[in-house]
Amino acid sequence: MIETLFIANRGEIALRVIRTAKRLGIETVLGVSEADGRSAAAWLADRIAPVGPAPSAQSYLSVDNVVKAARDSGADALHPGYGFLAENVGLARACAEAGIVFVGPDPASLEAMGDKLMARTVGIAAGLPVVPGGEAADKDAARARAEETGYPLLLKAVSGGGGKGMKRVDDPAQLDAQIDMAMREAQAAFGDPRVYVERFIASGRHVEVQILGDGESAIHLGTRDCSIQRRFQKLVEEAPAPALPDDKRAAIEDAAVRLAKHLDYRGAGTVEFLVDSETFDFFFLEMNARIQVEHPVTEAITGIDLIEQQLLVAGGSPLALTQDMVRPFGHAIEVRINAEDWRKDFQPSPGIASSVRWPAGPGIRVDTHIFDGGEVPPFYDSLAGKLIVHGKDRDEAVAKLVAALGDFALEGMETTAGLHIAIAADPRFKAGGVDTRFFGEFAHG
Amino acid sequence: MKGDLPLTLDDVNEIVSILDGSQYDRLDIKTARFRLRVAKSDEGDGWTQQWSLEDDAPEAEAVVATAPEEIEIPEGMTAIRAALPGTFYRAPSPGADPFVEIGDTVEPDTPVGIIETMKLFNPAAAGCSGEIAEICVENAEMIAAGRVLMLVK
Repeated sequence: MIETLFIANRGEIALRVIRTAKRLGIETVLGVSEADGRSAAAWLADRIAPVGPAPSAQSYLSVDNVVKAARDSGADALHPGYGFLAENVGLARACAEAGIVFVGPDPASLEAMGDKLMARTVGIAAGLPVVPGGEAADKDAARARAEETGYPLLLKAVSGGGGKGMKRVDDPAQLDAQIDMAMREAQAAFGDPRVYVERFIASGRHVEVQILGDGESAIHLGTRDCSIQRRFQKLVEEAPAPALPDDKRAAIEDAAVRLAKHLDYRGAGTVEFLVDSETFDFFFLEMNARIQVEHPVTEAITGIDLIEQQLLVAGGSPLALTQDMVRPFGHAIEVRINAEDWRKDFQPSPGIASSVRWPAGPGIRVDTHIFDGGEVPPFYDSLAGKLIVHGKDRDEAVAKLVAALGDFALEGMETTAGLHIAIAADPRFKAGGVDTRFFGEFAHG
Repeated sequence: MKGDLPLTLDDVNEIVSILDGSQYDRLDIKTARFRLRVAKSDEGDGWTQQWSLEDDAPEAEAVVATAPEEIEIPEGMTAIRAALPGTFYRAPSPGADPFVEIGDTVEPDTPVGIIETMKLFNPAAAGCSGEIAEICVENAEMIAAGRVLMLVK
């Protein structure tokens, strides 16, 4: 069992991990950059340890700084959260060398899933269907790949996630400029400029499966739908994926478990699929070998604390859950409340929240680090908090979402809460099962 | 560090359930460590939670200037200002040539730099026509929104 846990992250997920660790009687040490010493997570952690200056390249993205801080703190385990170094095999290895348990899969699984190209190869080996495309190390290679896939196409960071380094290209004339931007963002966000060129499927839904494994057995905790995205950043996530035929849902869940077993996967992971919204044919995209931002919707419908499961498995316990014990109930929706001015092309709006009233009550959960006086600094991502609602069915969840968003009030920054009120009122969203084009159509009339 | 939260998320929801069946419409708890206000929302049947965390850690110094420093715009010059706060880069990638140098002619849509904010790269365009007369910020400098980046004559 883990005694002292080092949290190598910030923001709401750091606070989220600390809450569960404390409940389990684990001492918590939070790595903080110079910008985060007064964050809510720093307030709640038992101890804090500096990891470097404010810019993440010198702090949260520095394997050396993070591992040194963890070792000096006497921690016996490290939770990487999501983003930053969460899927960095270098961190997982450095932890192992320092005698610290990495709360995540084995380095071999991280390598297999850490880049989209490897993931694809492994997916094929596990018998999963995939979308046409391939890797490009430079512009010439990207042009050649584009010839094969045709337009529209997607450029994705090979090491990426979270929409960074990801661009859609509709026309060959835009290709060069978009490759430059994608490679630059990929280098800055992940330290690896390589991009992946892939055919863009016009009407697709983004459906993913939460899995848990202990290295020997693996189970799934059902589907999530994250089709409402802006520039490949998820805005709204729900569980289970709505409007999906039962046999297709079962096939997707089975495929995810097959991949987890193929990898002898340990810990929590998410297997992402592109689902054709008309035929419901599905293609394996990638696996996120970490906890995800949207994990609370799965927690809401299953009653299972995924961070607790991660910590138990990392601590050496076999999975205590079996597939039969997972009995989802009702429907849950999460919206990301970002510090962005959505009426001005989502311009970032970092700042200090002078006053924040979050909704409260049965069926409502708020995962946030922003309370009165809380800061969203310009150095990191714009997430201010996540509102999660749970109802007995989707209609009830949508009604709760609308009411809860109406009660939310934050002063000091612009947020995307108003956007979510507008989305929740849209008849297509109310009906359920929108595709990834929904947001573009919604935003432009 | 000072923090200890005896209340879980579920506890707050239970407090709401108790209040909801009572004659009370607000609860205000203050301890040495935090203040929690639970209140019926102004409109509708909902409830809200508002938290302040009491901290004895020293005030951190502001890392970024919140207000742009005003510089005087000389007669006949136009300022190119930052639309966003963030890190300003003069070139499309490290080691590459800057987008513009002093003496270059720009049009409103000419890119003059990139501002990295919240991990995204946002192109900065000149927004006006003329010749670059002065570059007012260093490469990789942290800037506030509204900061004068360059002067155009």
